Amino acid sequence: MVHVSMAVNGRQVSAEIDPRTLLVQFLRENLRLTGTHVGCDTSQCGACVVHLDGEAIKSCTALAASCDGANVTTIEGLAQNGKLHPMQQAFQDNHGLQCGYCTPGMIMAAIDLVNREGPNLDEAAIRHGLEGNICRCTGYHNIVKAVMQGAREMAAAATPKAAE
Amino acid sequence: MSATGIGASVKRKEDIRFITGKGHYVDDLNRPGQAYAYFVRSPHAHATIDKIDATEALKSPGVVAVFTGDDIAADKVGGLPCGWMIHSKDGSPMKAGAHPALAQGKVRYVGDHVAVIIADAYAQARDAAEKITVDYGELPATVDTATAANSGRPQLHDAAPNNTVFNWHVGDKATTDAAFAKAAHVTKLDLVNNRTIPNAMEPRAAVGEYDSGTDTITLYTTSQNPHVARLVLSAFVGLAPENKLRVIAPDVGGGFGSKIFIYAEETVCAWAARKIDRPVKWTAERTESFLSDAHGRDHVSHAELALDANGKITGLRVHTIANLGAYLSTFASSVPTYLYGILLSGQYDIPAIYCEVDAVYTNTAPVDAVRGAGRPEATFLVERIVEIAARETGRDSAEFRRQNFVKSFPHQTPVILAYDVGDYPKALDKALELADYKGLGARKAASAAKGKLRGVGFSAYIESCGLAPSAAVGSLGAGVGLWESAEVRVNMVGTVEILTGCHSHGQGHETTYAQLVSSRLGIPIENVSIVHGDTDKVQMGMGTYGSRSGAVGMSAISKALDKIEAKAKKVAGHVLEASEQDIEFKDGKFTVKGTDKSIDFGSVALNAYTAHKFNGQELEPGLKETAFWDPTNFTFPAGVHICELEIDPQTGVVTIDRWTAVDDFGKLINPMIVEGQVHGGVAHGVGQALMEAAHYDSDGQLLTASYMDYCMPRADDLPSFKVETIETPCPSNPLGIKGCGEAGAIASPPAVINAITDALGHEDVTMPATPQVVWRAAQKVATKRAAE
Repeated sequence: MVHVSMAVNGRQVSAEIDPRTLLVQFLRENLRLTGTHVGCDTSQCGACVVHLDGEAIKSCTALAASCDGANVTTIEGLAQNGKLHPMQQAFQDNHGLQCGYCTPGMIMAAIDLVNREGPNLDEAAIRHGLEGNICRCTGYHNIVKAVMQGAREMAAAATPKAAE
Repeated sequence: MSATGIGASVKRKEDIRFITGKGHYVDDLNRPGQAYAYFVRSPHAHATIDKIDATEALKSPGVVAVFTGDDIAADKVGGLPCGWMIHSKDGSPMKAGAHPALAQGKVRYVGDHVAVIIADAYAQARDAAEKITVDYGELPATVDTATAANSGRPQLHDAAPNNTVFNWHVGDKATTDAAFAKAAHVTKLDLVNNRTIPNAMEPRAAVGEYDSGTDTITLYTTSQNPHVARLVLSAFVGLAPENKLRVIAPDVGGGFGSKIFIYAEETVCAWAARKIDRPVKWTAERTESFLSDAHGRDHVSHAELALDANGKITGLRVHTIANLGAYLSTFASSVPTYLYGILLSGQYDIPAIYCEVDAVYTNTAPVDAVRGAGRPEATFLVERIVEIAARETGRDSAEFRRQNFVKSFPHQTPVILAYDVGDYPKALDKALELADYKGLGARKAASAAKGKLRGVGFSAYIESCGLAPSAAVGSLGAGVGLWESAEVRVNMVGTVEILTGCHSHGQGHETTYAQLVSSRLGIPIENVSIVHGDTDKVQMGMGTYGSRSGAVGMSAISKALDKIEAKAKKVAGHVLEASEQDIEFKDGKFTVKGTDKSIDFGSVALNAYTAHKFNGQELEPGLKETAFWDPTNFTFPAGVHICELEIDPQTGVVTIDRWTAVDDFGKLINPMIVEGQVHGGVAHGVGQALMEAAHYDSDGQLLTASYMDYCMPRADDLPSFKVETIETPCPSNPLGIKGCGEAGAIASPPAVINAITDALGHEDVTMPATPQVVWRAAQKVATKRAAE
């Protein structure tokens, strides 16, 4: 067993775990944060994307022990004070989800895409940027629309802060 | 139309929990004291099981039990049945081999279930699997669909000589042969409909739990139809009586057909939970999904189309070999027969059709319904051969279709189905306009100038949905009726719960069903909750597949709402001291005709339960009604999809430039959700056409058992879609709904292949049209041009 300690959605957590525990298993089983999903076993589908120190990673490919001391944000940590993150809202507004299984990973990947590449993403950039996430339900059409809206609104939400 | 009523693009109620990570999927659930199951699977496609030695595995840390097929058989828990009896053309019943939940004596495909290891932790069960020794006697395998029934091929089941399950037929051979004898032109086509793997993003999962106090099993499972699962596990598998078995399907992460069926793993978890008196959980790893979810399609066909001198289609003759895999899955036999052969008239007035289907066993995973189920196979065949016939006889693709469309309704096809209503030319016209068909020539020239090849492909599809009239499917061999049930439970202050036997796994029932109730009762959709997926709560149901949740499921709700309205009028009459006949109900208000005396719906509900204003012996207190809706006909969604694409002949890469869909789904409840269903369906079909294929090698090893090898459509493989509708209301249900869930997957593969073959100028392209396939096909054109 190894000791691991990290901040998850702003809360400090620690546990003694089997060294082979993956980050996604730690989140789902130890912390019971079941919004992060597992859709494959080869890091291909993206259902497990979370943010590690502000950047998107596939949590099925990281050992929890290697995340000791890190800051992790999961889908459960996005909404603040009961208000949805603009990207979450955009997915609902644009019908960017059907069964909902890929959705947490898709939203986390989309936010990371906007963080990395800025809010002025065209359709091609969004489609390319979401290559690591598979959705079987939507045909991606409405996901692309959602990410465009989410990107705009993330920028709008950030603007007043920048002015301060 | 109100902002939340029928026809409004209401944002989905269920989204909030999914976008905040608060969904409840089966793998999210842990039961107190649960153990974990790991399945030992066959590494061989075909082998005898000579010995299983679990001694070391049982000593492994945390291991609770190891069970094999003999253990489950000793408990008299039977095999997994196929629920649709097909008779061969000689009248004999289909020949089905036994399908044990855990293999007995023999394994028949890679991934077949040999034993289950149950341990305190999943990793312990998985580790222990390394220590179990199975002695296999390897046998040669039958893998190839086309030759599986040939003499001398390795035999899978003693019960099915020549690996043949049935030789079925539909239509009239003599009149069809006569049509061909008189034909001015005959188009011939050999085609393969590639095997695909469904790939819902949520892998299958199950938690079995046993309560020894009540002798009751609860199975939490990823099911599209929990009541059917309970029926099969009770009446056929013999696990427990229905009243001692509860099946719960909570949030389910996509189905696409693959979660209709009753599988070994779910059965074993439920059985083992009682055996060890502890909850047992299993969640598939993705490779297990590839190996053991029921696959789709896998047809090898020869088709011939007869035309007269004017280009009128006079006959269609089809022979298909359908691969059903190693065992018959729950509805496997219905897919290449009554969901395939009877769709072969397409949108066309074809006077004579004859179709023969040989269904074969092979040493591959079972094959059953995947989104569209039989209808994509029929549409691919019809729309390919119609396209080729137009090209061979020098006719415009669109006009040749228009010439042969069914134009008057009802229309009796020669293959059982009678189409009730439609307007095929209207959909075609609208699609041609939206796709700017007139501008195609200029776009082709522009592509050619860049060294690219541009092509356009049509698909005028029809499907039979709204499954299905019970008596009709019973006469065709179905083991169940295909009605749907609903319960409308009005609470004391006027909020409403709708209990439905359908199941939502992406379709958005929590929104669309609430829209119906809101429209009918005049109450806000927030006041309506949908309850589904639990056999203890919902009275009965047949589940969600075959685009039936609207046409059948909502019709049942509508019928129950009729009863609610009738009862509520009686109550309102007593409260308002007026005759029931004088009460009008509109916009949530009961009014005495010609007066301003009225009472709202919530107050009527309260009065129904307080029962102060009427005699409880003459009028029962309460406001709760149930209904079963049995459809009188299938529904017939139809439409035209046009795919326009560009090929880079240097690389074989296909880029879909524009996709136009014009569908007739009858009345729409929520256009936003309908469009989303079309988008997803088209993507699924484009996947089959361009990249998806389950490949087995000649020994029966699955070569595509991960996302590294099985190519799924991703965001940058697809364009945005132009999706519009026309509307001819369905006459056979009260809401005029036809269904929309499968249309895209049915329509799209031939549109893609017709476009590629248009661009290349020859027909020799197979699915999936990967860059390699297309590059080779393009080389053929280049070589031919060079030779000229």
